[in-house]
Amino acid sequence: MAKLQVELVTAERRVLSQEADFVLAPGADGDLGVLPRHIPLLTTLKTGEVMVRNEGREEYLFVAGGFLEVLPDKVVILADVAERAEDIDEARAEEARKRAEELLQHEPENVEAAAILEREVLRLRVAEIRRHRRDRPSGPPPSE
Amino acid sequence: MASLRDLRRRIRSVQNTQKITKAMELVAAARMRRAQERVTASRPYADEVTSIMAELMRRSPEYKHPFLEVREVRNRVIVLITTDRGLVGALNSNNTRLALREMNESSVPVSVVTIGRKGRDLIRRLRRNLIAEVSDIGFQPGIGDVLPAVRVAIDAYEKGEADQVDMVYARFISAGRQVATLQRLIPVEPPEGAEKAAADFEYEPEPKDVLDALLPRYVEAQVYRAVLENIASEQAAKIIAMRNATDNAADLITDLTLTANKVRQTSITTELMEIVGGAAALEA
Repeated sequence: MAKLQVELVTAERRVLSQEADFVLAPGADGDLGVLPRHIPLLTTLKTGEVMVRNEGREEYLFVAGGFLEVLPDKVVILADVAERAEDIDEARAEEARKRAEELLQHEPENVEAAAILEREVLRLRVAEIRRHRRDRPSGPPPSE
Repeated sequence: MASLRDLRRRIRSVQNTQKITKAMELVAAARMRRAQERVTASRPYADEVTSIMAELMRRSPEYKHPFLEVREVRNRVIVLITTDRGLVGALNSNNTRLALREMNESSVPVSVVTIGRKGRDLIRRLRRNLIAEVSDIGFQPGIGDVLPAVRVAIDAYEKGEADQVDMVYARFISAGRQVATLQRLIPVEPPEGAEKAAADFEYEPEPKDVLDALLPRYVEAQVYRAVLENIASEQAAKIIAMRNATDNAADLITDLTLTANKVRQTSITTELMEIVGGAAALEA
């Protein structure tokens, strides 16, 4: 079966480079699922999680803004910020979320705090999904 | 003539300095390698942004983003990249000289954004118009450390306070060669990127929106790469400067040792003469 070559890079480094069967990314106009032989596509990305599935193994990453370029055999993600789920420091994310919530309570219109909150909630979600996966014994790949 | 004790003290002091410069040379060599790796690591992103941009500009040549528009230049901004620390030979003076010459020859007012302490201090001392500065970014900065400075330059352009933005940095050519370079940032010069094989892209939302989001990133990536290169150059220049310092210290030690030996011999000769003279006087 055809595969996708996935490259996830930030300005500082290459975060991920691997083959995949399926990629899910938070496009500007909604979440996008990409299978091999997708039509060429260019879109901006919102803050959210990217999922890369290869032979049943799923990898979750957090991205904050950037671009997604899809070619029939290749997916390039240019992220402003990208972290692998396993690298996300949950304690730090939790703390930032609390801070943002406090800020929001004092100033409901604080847009920046709202953005921080949204980002940190997403970070936590990515980390949670990851933990959930770890608890499960690695059995056969889930059926599609 | 200096006393033997003073000479010996000097020799010890120079030897200590030599140990330090030697150590600094080794540290700089290790850091240069790492800085080069970081330049390499930043390349995939920059290349990809460039190629997407080339593709977009080919696709919609009629759309003129403000960054692509060449307008009459009434004000300029120069982003001056220097190091935070000294002991790097002529690296910083080459960068600042190039920037100052550009400013002096310009017929329009030039504001300056500095990245690095050395440039900031100089621009401040010369009382030039400093509109933003970033310093103490260390030798392994993330792009986030550099962005505030770029933001100010981009804002100035967007608000019409500047019609052209350039940057000056030390291009890293090899460990032995670093060249002060002036590079245009905005208006963006259309890159001659390799064309994509699959030409017909779908865009979400619109090509225009993607280009709008892409151009600031392109400028940011350029500055970030320049900062990384400047750091590699800094370390390379430091290796040379410290190696020269170590060699000079060695020469100085040789000279001082010769002098010390001469002084020692002179005093021994004098003492001998006195003894021989004394003995002769007794015999007489």
